[in-house]
Amino acid sequence: MSPLELAQKLKVRFGNLISEPKEFRGEITVELSDADVIAEVCAFAKTDLGFDFLVDITSIDNYGEDPRWTLVYHLYGLGHHGALRLKTAVSEELSEVLTVTGVWRTAEWHEREIFDMMGIRFRGHPDLRRILMWEGYPHYPLRKDFPLAGKPTEEPEIAFTEGAPEEGGPFVTVAGGKDAMSREPRARVPESAPADLSTGLEAKETPKPPETPGVETKEFI
Amino acid sequence: MQTKTDVGYNSKVEGGVVHTRLDAAANWCRKNSLWPMPMGLACCAIELMAVGASRFDISRFGSEVMRFSPRQSDVMIVAGTVTYKMALAVKRIYDQMAEPKWVIAMGACASTGGMYRSYAVLQGVDHILPVDVYVAGCPPRPEALLDALIKLQGKVAKEPFLTTQKQVA
Repeated sequence: MSPLELAQKLKVRFGNLISEPKEFRGEITVELSDADVIAEVCAFAKTDLGFDFLVDITSIDNYGEDPRWTLVYHLYGLGHHGALRLKTAVSEELSEVLTVTGVWRTAEWHEREIFDMMGIRFRGHPDLRRILMWEGYPHYPLRKDFPLAGKPTEEPEIAFTEGAPEEGGPFVTVAGGKDAMSREPRARVPESAPADLSTGLEAKETPKPPETPGVETKEFI
Repeated sequence: MQTKTDVGYNSKVEGGVVHTRLDAAANWCRKNSLWPMPMGLACCAIELMAVGASRFDISRFGSEVMRFSPRQSDVMIVAGTVTYKMALAVKRIYDQMAEPKWVIAMGACASTGGMYRSYAVLQGVDHILPVDVYVAGCPPRPEALLDALIKLQGKVAKEPFLTTQKQVA
């Protein structure tokens, strides 16, 4: 059975909750309008449709839109080699979804990662705690309103953590500029720096050696 | 031929006796047997393994064994990205090493955080450990790490013997 037919069977079973299967470049995507039935849908997909392998669960932060979170489940059938993508939306006020660890045990760590990075809780999860950041880290790093450099936090027992320095660092190139020389920081003089710091490859008169008769001086460009 | 060295030894005159300073003798022993504690955290650890392998043999320089026990090692080579979560463990292992001990920060990530200016990466292991030698590179060539080891040997040779080693800041 092709994945499209399996998706159609899913639609027949769950009716209006499942959208029409969309196809893009050979991949079938199906959207679930109500996140509360995600566990039943996944259980049906595993037992009846043969999607016995959960490839990934991931989350998307639609910052500025409502609902804010989109959860994407990638399913795969080891028997029939068909893949299916299941999407569902969760609003920010709720920020909670039913867990699918009852269907696939591997979802445990995927959901822990989503909880760690986005802050979406999973109802019924056996062990919901942070997996990448340390226990007690107060922020959710992969949200769109979290800066890449990080916010200052206290890491217990080791040191305080400051946000990583980004601006004005020595290895930050600027956009534009027709070649790498002008994009490189060496060619750039910061406005706040005193004038004598401007060194580098800007056109500076290199002192020419005095001409000695009888010796050919070559200019190296 | 008379040469001025730490070890003044003329076998015709002195026979089997070597006159030296305690500092020089002890430091000679220390620098020629720096056993590394490999804190191999990321890709630099692969180059560290290459340094330990036969082509760029690190045991030529006395680092015969990579002691994975901090109690038995002299120099900690921090090879790789130090995340905040791992920094706790790195500090603990460093504290467990016996004096005298040194640290080589290998690679860009251990020296300054490298290309990872992010919320999870410690911007340089020198925030938590006193580093003696920094090695640039991503990853550094094995020869670069050996050069760092030679520089560290030079540093060890100059240390006064009866000094208190690294203080906790």
